[in-house]
Amino acid sequence: MIKSIRYILTGILFGIIMSKSEAVSWYRIQEMFRFQSFHMYGIIGSAVITGIITIFLIKRYGLKDINGTTITFQDKALQWKRYFTGGIIFGLGWALTGACPGPIFVLLGQGFPVMLLVIAGALLGTYTYGVIKDRLPH
Amino acid sequence: MLLMTILDYIRQPWPWYASGPAIAAIMLLLVFFGRSFGVSSNFRTICSLAGAGKKVPFFQFDYKAQYWNLLFLAGAVAGGFIASHWLSSPGALQLSAATIRDLQALHIHFDGLTAPSQLFGSGVLLTAKGWIIPVAGGFLVGLGSRYAGGCTSGHAISGLSNLQLPSLIAVTGFFIGGLIMTHLFYPLIF
Repeated sequence: MIKSIRYILTGILFGIIMSKSEAVSWYRIQEMFRFQSFHMYGIIGSAVITGIITIFLIKRYGLKDINGTTITFQDKALQWKRYFTGGIIFGLGWALTGACPGPIFVLLGQGFPVMLLVIAGALLGTYTYGVIKDRLPH
Repeated sequence: MLLMTILDYIRQPWPWYASGPAIAAIMLLLVFFGRSFGVSSNFRTICSLAGAGKKVPFFQFDYKAQYWNLLFLAGAVAGGFIASHWLSSPGALQLSAATIRDLQALHIHFDGLTAPSQLFGSGVLLTAKGWIIPVAGGFLVGLGSRYAGGCTSGHAISGLSNLQLPSLIAVTGFFIGGLIMTHLFYPLIF
């Protein structure tokens, strides 16, 4: 039970951060893809720099997680086609909906019920990937 | 008094240099809980929960181990609700004048909200196009994120923070796709 609460609370925090940063805004995503503001680049850039430094320190000092297990990070297998092609398909959808998966749910909470259609579409897209997966180049 | 001052401060839109590290903190919090930050995998979990595994092997996996991520997702919805009801910014979104102009040329009017009600308000349900855009956009997000093995959270934040080349390839793809949609397809769609 207490374990469930920690994920819900982290999610709530995430929803608030994404809302207040305006990273969930369709307009901010348009601004980004039109190179008309530094805001989104600043957010992603400073998030990644913070992440790089902290993950380096976690590895360097062999820090442990809440269960007492030493934290490890899995390397992703190096493939080109799936990451690049999949990435482009994702990007097309990202710019069309102005939201990536996290923000889709945050926006639903903000009171945009149309996001339910986006979620339905995303489930359909995920299902389609599962069906045609073996026929796609990876 | 102090609480109100703090609340007023939080209600302002957050600058990028506060937002980025805060997002990284979410990733680190999940890492500390022995998990990893990636939102799009929830779509696979939901498909499995709905019984997709009966027909498609891709959905046969230990989805019960992913319940924590669904809780995170539920929290994100609640967080959006809290932010819009009690922490909303005092003014309209400060969008760059150039973007407002560009969108105007596409007949999309800037209304100062998070997303244009013209495209994401309930009124869109009256037209076929109003249904097609969110469903098609969602479809591309779902298909693309699973094909690429992650989305903005899994690749751009978690992957790049761990210096993963595959994530850099994926993020490059994200941007190419976004630029194609914005600059080539938007003028055709809108």
